[in-house]
Amino acid sequence: MTDLARFKPKTVYVTYIASTPEKVWDALTRPEFTTQYFAGFAVDVEPKQGGAFFLRYPDGRVHISGRVIEWAPPRRFSCTWLIEGMPDFQGLPESLVTYEIEQAGGAVKLTMTEAHFWAVPDEVLAGGRSGWPAILSSLKSVLETGKALDIKMEPPAELVEAVKQAVATKPWLK
Amino acid sequence: MSKPSFVYVTYIRATPEKVWSAITEREMAAQYWGCHRNVSDWKVGSKWEHQRTDGSDAVDIVGTVIENERPRRLVITWASPSGAADPAKVSRVVFEIEPHKDEAVRLTVTHSDLEPGSEMLRGITQGWPLVLSALKSWLETGKPTPM
Repeated sequence: MTDLARFKPKTVYVTYIASTPEKVWDALTRPEFTTQYFAGFAVDVEPKQGGAFFLRYPDGRVHISGRVIEWAPPRRFSCTWLIEGMPDFQGLPESLVTYEIEQAGGAVKLTMTEAHFWAVPDEVLAGGRSGWPAILSSLKSVLETGKALDIKMEPPAELVEAVKQAVATKPWLK
Repeated sequence: MSKPSFVYVTYIRATPEKVWSAITEREMAAQYWGCHRNVSDWKVGSKWEHQRTDGSDAVDIVGTVIENERPRRLVITWASPSGAADPAKVSRVVFEIEPHKDEAVRLTVTHSDLEPGSEMLRGITQGWPLVLSALKSWLETGKPTPM
């Protein structure tokens, strides 16, 4: 696996949630929660450092796979992300997603960081930058109101083209 | 050197009108915006003030209304009272409120023309997620996020 020190944060999203660190941890790591707010995907994670991590489609197929890098409930969970379920995206190398969960007064501050070890073009980062606010807004609604938001996940127009270009030229190998 | 900007997107189960009102109605922001109210008549060219609600009415941020397309788009300038006369210290905030499917809106706040390395940039980078999380909680649950 790529040396962790090479991963640099490219996208950061912070939200404050009226909940507890334990509940936010559960919402991020248990499939009965993720299926509600994470575009229908079920998280499937071995709860330990080095454990296997998957986000699965409703039929069980793998959308994202990875390894748990840090497992420190209820404060810090990070894992690698490799896109397996979308043919155009399959050539991309892994990214690193970290969730930090902190008490902030009577609320929880959740910080999601998406990090990469190569110079990802903005058009490719746009995927996460449009997806994470939708996913984490819906997570907040689930924990605060019991109901997820009905959000249409729309990849930005140039995303697929930009990914195809990246996969064709593989700048991370240079 | 290009001036940094900060963008924050959140989805809220509310109507565009409710989100607009929450930002612009005098005593509404006070419910969730960290003890501040937003005061203006919101006409293009008018000034707006971000006032403390602690009894002092002290003004922490000032600006001018640049665009008002209720309830979809509001553009204001943003500066501390001491920096308002210096163009380098005046930034710009765009609120875009877009209906999303049946029952939600996507609120995009773009804060641009910030002074590189400034306290203001640091402050708003911390502040917008706090304020907009509290706004979302207030609109969806009737209570701001308890911070």
